[in-house]
Amino acid sequence: MEESVEYLAGAFAVAWLLVFGYVLMMARRQRRLEQDIALLRETLQNRQQD
Amino acid sequence: MTRERDLWMLGLDIIAAIAMFIALYMALVWVPDAANLTTPVERAAQHIFYLHMGVNVGAGLGFLVTFIASIAYLLSRRRIWDMIAVSSVELGVIFATAVLATGSIWARPTWNTWWTWDPRLTTAAIVWLLYIAYLMLRGALEDSAQRARFAAVYGIFAFFSVPLTFMSIRWWRTIHPVVLGGSNPEAQGGFALGPSIRLTMFVSMVAFAILYAALLGHRVRLEQTAEAIERLKEQLA
Repeated sequence: MEESVEYLAGAFAVAWLLVFGYVLMMARRQRRLEQDIALLRETLQNRQQD
Repeated sequence: MTRERDLWMLGLDIIAAIAMFIALYMALVWVPDAANLTTPVERAAQHIFYLHMGVNVGAGLGFLVTFIASIAYLLSRRRIWDMIAVSSVELGVIFATAVLATGSIWARPTWNTWWTWDPRLTTAAIVWLLYIAYLMLRGALEDSAQRARFAAVYGIFAFFSVPLTFMSIRWWRTIHPVVLGGSNPEAQGGFALGPSIRLTMFVSMVAFAILYAALLGHRVRLEQTAEAIERLKEQLA
């Protein structure tokens, strides 16, 4: 890579990695929590039926 | 979660993506190099400025919203304000990390160093550490009401470091350029804000403000889902 754009490319890469990494982490957390909710609701429903 | 809210959030996501695309295009392709910079490396690195200003807006909004939400929580004791406060701090820390990283990378070709204990850089690092401490404080408290109360008080006091950082380049001797509302004759790597540079900076700042709002919506939803789980667990206990 040309020296003139090395810093520019580096700055954009770091900033976007941070943002995309955070978005990805949030999406994974949301999916896990929604799975937990589904499981808890099912357990609650089964308990009410018993 | 309501379907109406999901649609609003999707709409905001799309607007944020379009705004970011426009901001990136303007910063990397459309805007000309700053005329007064002499070397190709300096001229190319100056384009980091638009990203640096954008993530600065994200960090500033993150901490300002936390300040407002913390006051609102203490006045109303409504849980939603605490959720907004913690979500906003997390986003603020992500953007503040990007501010420090982009600033440091830009400093290398401009100031010939990755870091210097200049008043602006020092106060920005203090802000970053203060809000990481906010997240650590929350992690250390078990009781949710106590956690929300302590965090709200901390969130209010921590915010005073933000205007101090903004004003640091106006109050103290520094090599950091003053971009908004003033100038610094001792600045190194400064440049004139022509109409195209000003417009690109403004578009980048607006784009990052929209991105912040979109991410905040998703992060608050995460908090609400976590609370719904706690309620279900209480019912099962």
